[in-house]
Amino acid sequence: MELIPALYVVLPLTGAFLIPVVGYFVKDFQKILSVIITLFLLIYTIWFFAAGYDSPVITKVGGWEAVDGIPIAIYLVYDGLSAFLLLTVSLIAFLSTFYAIGYIKRFTAENNFYALLCLMIAGMNGVVLSGDIFNIYVFLEIAVMASYALVAFGTEKRELEASFKYQVLGGIASLLILFAIGLLYWQTQTLNLADISLVLRSGSHPTALMFTQALLIAGFGLKAAMIPFHAWLPDAHSSAPSPISAMLSGVLIKAIGIYALLRLFFNIFLMTYEVSLLITVLGALSMVAGGLLAIGQGDIKRLLAYSSISQIGYVITGIGIGMLIVVNGGNKTIAALSVAGGLFHLINHAVLKGLLFLNAGAVEYMTGVREFKLLGGLSKKMPVTATTSLGASLGISGIPPFNGFFSKLLIIIAAVRAEFYTLAALAVIMNFVTLGYFLRFQKEIFYSKEEFIGKLLYNKLPGTMKFSMITMVILCVLLSLLVIPCLRDIILNPAVEVLMNTGEYALNITGS
Amino acid sequence: MTVYIMCFILFLVGLYGVLTRHNLIKIVIGFSVMEFSCFLFLALIGYIENGVAPIIKEGLENPVYVDPLPQAMVLTAIVIGLATTAMLLAIAIRIYKKYGTFDIRKVNELRG
Repeated sequence: MELIPALYVVLPLTGAFLIPVVGYFVKDFQKILSVIITLFLLIYTIWFFAAGYDSPVITKVGGWEAVDGIPIAIYLVYDGLSAFLLLTVSLIAFLSTFYAIGYIKRFTAENNFYALLCLMIAGMNGVVLSGDIFNIYVFLEIAVMASYALVAFGTEKRELEASFKYQVLGGIASLLILFAIGLLYWQTQTLNLADISLVLRSGSHPTALMFTQALLIAGFGLKAAMIPFHAWLPDAHSSAPSPISAMLSGVLIKAIGIYALLRLFFNIFLMTYEVSLLITVLGALSMVAGGLLAIGQGDIKRLLAYSSISQIGYVITGIGIGMLIVVNGGNKTIAALSVAGGLFHLINHAVLKGLLFLNAGAVEYMTGVREFKLLGGLSKKMPVTATTSLGASLGISGIPPFNGFFSKLLIIIAAVRAEFYTLAALAVIMNFVTLGYFLRFQKEIFYSKEEFIGKLLYNKLPGTMKFSMITMVILCVLLSLLVIPCLRDIILNPAVEVLMNTGEYALNITGS
Repeated sequence: MTVYIMCFILFLVGLYGVLTRHNLIKIVIGFSVMEFSCFLFLALIGYIENGVAPIIKEGLENPVYVDPLPQAMVLTAIVIGLATTAMLLAIAIRIYKKYGTFDIRKVNELRG
């Protein structure tokens, strides 16, 4: 079987088109089609991981071959890093869609919901696969445009306000990125990522490039909600319907924020000390401030959203340490370990935070409220939700058999071995803070003595919601197997190798 | 060079509008100013002195063509910009229906 990268974009895009048209006439069409598409993409991704694809697969859209070594067509590139992100996106997309079948029944306009969800998946897959910087911008806009509409899906006061705030800040980020793309084209006369990389590596290093890099860090940093740029995230992620919160927090900020930063600063630009330091500092700042802001929150979904900022900080810190070591000419194995820790935490956080948002959705579905003050003593009434969220809370606070422990351990070990003792200490301290606010989350919702006063809205949770939550808590335990070398070689190491062999990305693509 | 710097100043003017105005519609207008400064910048970087439109025609002696790629980029970006503005205005109208005002200071359910 041949791998066709275009399928990742074409299938959900077709779904997004068909659902409002056919779904208008055929009952339940929207649910069946979106579940089939996401399940197919998940199986397709896992199949190619099992078959083992080590060389990058390149599709030239339109079939235009390069002339004199100058690429003309728009490239879609499937390599180790893209494959890793695609696995994360497909996994969370399938489980959220399946969960949504039970959850979204109480809203009207189900067709629009599933169509926008498919559009968002198409956009994210496109960003991850694209080998052309302007194409990244186009797919990024597709993904965020769908997410703006989905945040406002409830059309109540809070949802609309959050969506407007999200749109203004997200729009500014997009324009900064567009400006940077213009500057980059001006300097290199090409839009193909591989070609840009070759031009930058062969030529001189103009000062305008610093300005371009600053614009790109600000733009993608806003998309990834790093700390000075985080203001929109708690509103947007807590106002969206829960399956969408799981998608936004779990994968959207990673696929369009962190992935783009990784690809640009490892594979395209020459790494500089200033940029590496800036990324590490922003990461550490997000890690600390996000965690501290999460402590006092009164709304369960806002607490989870602030916690996302903190955990994204861990991912960025891990990657930043790797960059600093590479720039300083240090030990490459420690750098690889640190980057591996960052990427490992990325997939762990996607599953853990996805599960926690689905739990919050289940609590809201049953009780109709989200405030800590009003909730309490639900562990007897909602045993599945209570058990799965306990697993996720322990996982995200780094308690051993769960996956979060291993990824944080890798980052901390790398920080200690590279002699960044402050960062290591901060990571450990923030881990205890995380444990603290998640114990509060558990206690005040499920295990407090004061019972929930109101009446439960439904007798029991729909089966699809339970299935998604149980699958995810099993995944939380199974993902810790990624530290075992043979599994690590299949999933994690190809992604790390793409990042560590910085110049090879361009040579692989233009050479073949 | 001056024209590029002025382009960036236009971008900053739009940003100032977005950050300081209190009216939702004025924020959208500021946003559009930012957008158009980006389009202008993209169109400018493809321009070559005395260049002609990049269409092959008979009867031109060694013509100099302007770069067509930024023009294609601008067209795509304008379409995306249209979608963004439409989306912003749609949400602004829904906010007006719920809150009865366009004033951003009175639209403050979310805090913290």
